Amino acid sequence: MYEKDGEKYFIVDSHMHYWNAAPSNWVKGAENYAKGWIECFHAYQGLGPADTHWPIEKFMAYTEDDLMKDVFDDGHVDIAVFQPTYLKEWYAEGFNTTERNAALGEKHPGMFIANTRFDPRDGDNGLEELRRNVERYGSKGVKLYTAEWNNGSRGYKLSDPAAYRYLEKAQELGIKNIHVHKGPTIWPLDKDSFDVSDVDHAATDFPELNFIVEHVGLPRIEDFCFMATQEPNVYAGLSVVIGGLMHARPKFFAKVMGELLFWVGEDKMTFGSDYGIWEPKWQVEGFVDWEMPDDPELSDYPRLATTGKKKILGLNAAKLYDIKVPAEFLVPAQAGAPAAQDASQLVQLSPRGGRPPDARGCAPDRKTATLSGAQPRAERRT
Amino acid sequence: MTITSSSTDTVVSAALAALTAVRDPELDEPITALGFVASCTVSCDGQATVRLRLPTYFCAPNFAFLMVADAYDAVTSVRGVTSAEVILEDHFASDAINAGVAAQAGFVRSFDGEAVAELGDLRAQFLRKAVMAGTDQVCRPLTAAGVTPAELLALTLGAVPPSPELARLRQRRAELGLPAGDDAPLLIDPQTGKRIAASAVPLHLRKARVTRAGIEANTSICSGMFRVRYPEGWSL
Repeated sequence: MYEKDGEKYFIVDSHMHYWNAAPSNWVKGAENYAKGWIECFHAYQGLGPADTHWPIEKFMAYTEDDLMKDVFDDGHVDIAVFQPTYLKEWYAEGFNTTERNAALGEKHPGMFIANTRFDPRDGDNGLEELRRNVERYGSKGVKLYTAEWNNGSRGYKLSDPAAYRYLEKAQELGIKNIHVHKGPTIWPLDKDSFDVSDVDHAATDFPELNFIVEHVGLPRIEDFCFMATQEPNVYAGLSVVIGGLMHARPKFFAKVMGELLFWVGEDKMTFGSDYGIWEPKWQVEGFVDWEMPDDPELSDYPRLATTGKKKILGLNAAKLYDIKVPAEFLVPAQAGAPAAQDASQLVQLSPRGGRPPDARGCAPDRKTATLSGAQPRAERRT
Repeated sequence: MTITSSSTDTVVSAALAALTAVRDPELDEPITALGFVASCTVSCDGQATVRLRLPTYFCAPNFAFLMVADAYDAVTSVRGVTSAEVILEDHFASDAINAGVAAQAGFVRSFDGEAVAELGDLRAQFLRKAVMAGTDQVCRPLTAAGVTPAELLALTLGAVPPSPELARLRQRRAELGLPAGDDAPLLIDPQTGKRIAASAVPLHLRKARVTRAGIEANTSICSGMFRVRYPEGWSL
């Protein structure tokens, strides 16, 4: 927990890692990729404050003690959600597997949530592995990399039939949260990993699942924002947004926050430190202190008050993961809809939606609302 | 950036000038301003060598390919350049991209079996984003000066006070084959080129704004990464 000016914040770090990128774990013949990957991650750390930078040797293989100290002792985090990243083509034991995460989590009961992963191209074996992982580790979420290579395939879409089969199975097993990496690209060629339209389709067809778009679709925040406005079960994962911009480029951080608050709203934004890229301490403290700058260019963005910060730093993710939060950290329930949905000038009824907007100009049923310029949903589905 | 000093100075200057027209398609900025041109040299018999470098080892190869190919085209068009070699350094796909561009092979052939489509659509998609971002750059000062959305809708490009932002917007629209003349409407759909409907103006302006914020945020991250990687070479 973090306390500042008499306000108490329950912190859920909903996106963090425990990787092993030491040279001893590099696959023979793929050393350049393994080295290039971790050096690329390390450069991201350079966007944080200088006194939080690590030497590359530590960055490749930080220890359990480092993690416990950085995340919990110093980093104010109450519960941390492991997001696995396999990359077994480059890292012999994997970069950051479910097993590796869970082994650490089991030593510290109640502090971690171990998410798992799947890849719809893994067929029946993959479904079986998913079942085993959920049973073994109690996973409530998965992390997916739609751009990942797999046996000659250069990526997949969440809307593919094979992905739907996995999503159905995941739901049946009790998975609630689908974290999708839609952010800075690493590998894909023509397959467009930034494209978020596949999330749009899946979110419509799996209304019981939550889709957390990690890194908010950078470099296509706008596509993500339009989509999130229409889908009640789509969330903005702020990993990279806070870590990569808040310190390095405060003005652009303010703009991105303003846009997300406008389109997505404070009820659907979740903090993730992306540890070990960035330590949570400076992110949590900086975010609590952050205010929309007093700049005419930013004047019409929604403001973020203490209540909203409490939601983003922990309460929203706590809801997604059914984490019981002590009463002292809670905030009064409120609507908290993003401005975009409240702005009658922005959201208009689709030609097929028969119901008029209510008195405030809100679309009464969000599924009948469509942003003008976009095709009505029923047509896009075909 | 290193530039050879010899009798080829004027050719080098011309080559550098040509390279300012090459943009990162995703960030919509010249590769020269982004620091991506590490060096540009021309030998006395007119052989140009350009070295490019990017913010990360894993920058998207499709965009990297476009920049290398565009740099090649830009430099070979310079008077006095007899042949050109463009070398992308420190990138996981350097070999495939450099060889592919040198052989004028196109993206699909350069990544045999790995890529299925050439990159024209991708480029156009990001140019449309640049048009949206440019719309915000042109419209926000007008709005701040009291111009209403209805008045913006009625404006033509010729009626907007000249500015570098307006020139840039016109140039991006022209590249896409969209109306860019004095009598063209200021607010158009970047897909169809048609004037925006009155009811859609507020949404259009909001979309323009978020698109600009996205490009700016992305540029911030890329230039930040570049500065970490090449502390001497950062320029934007």
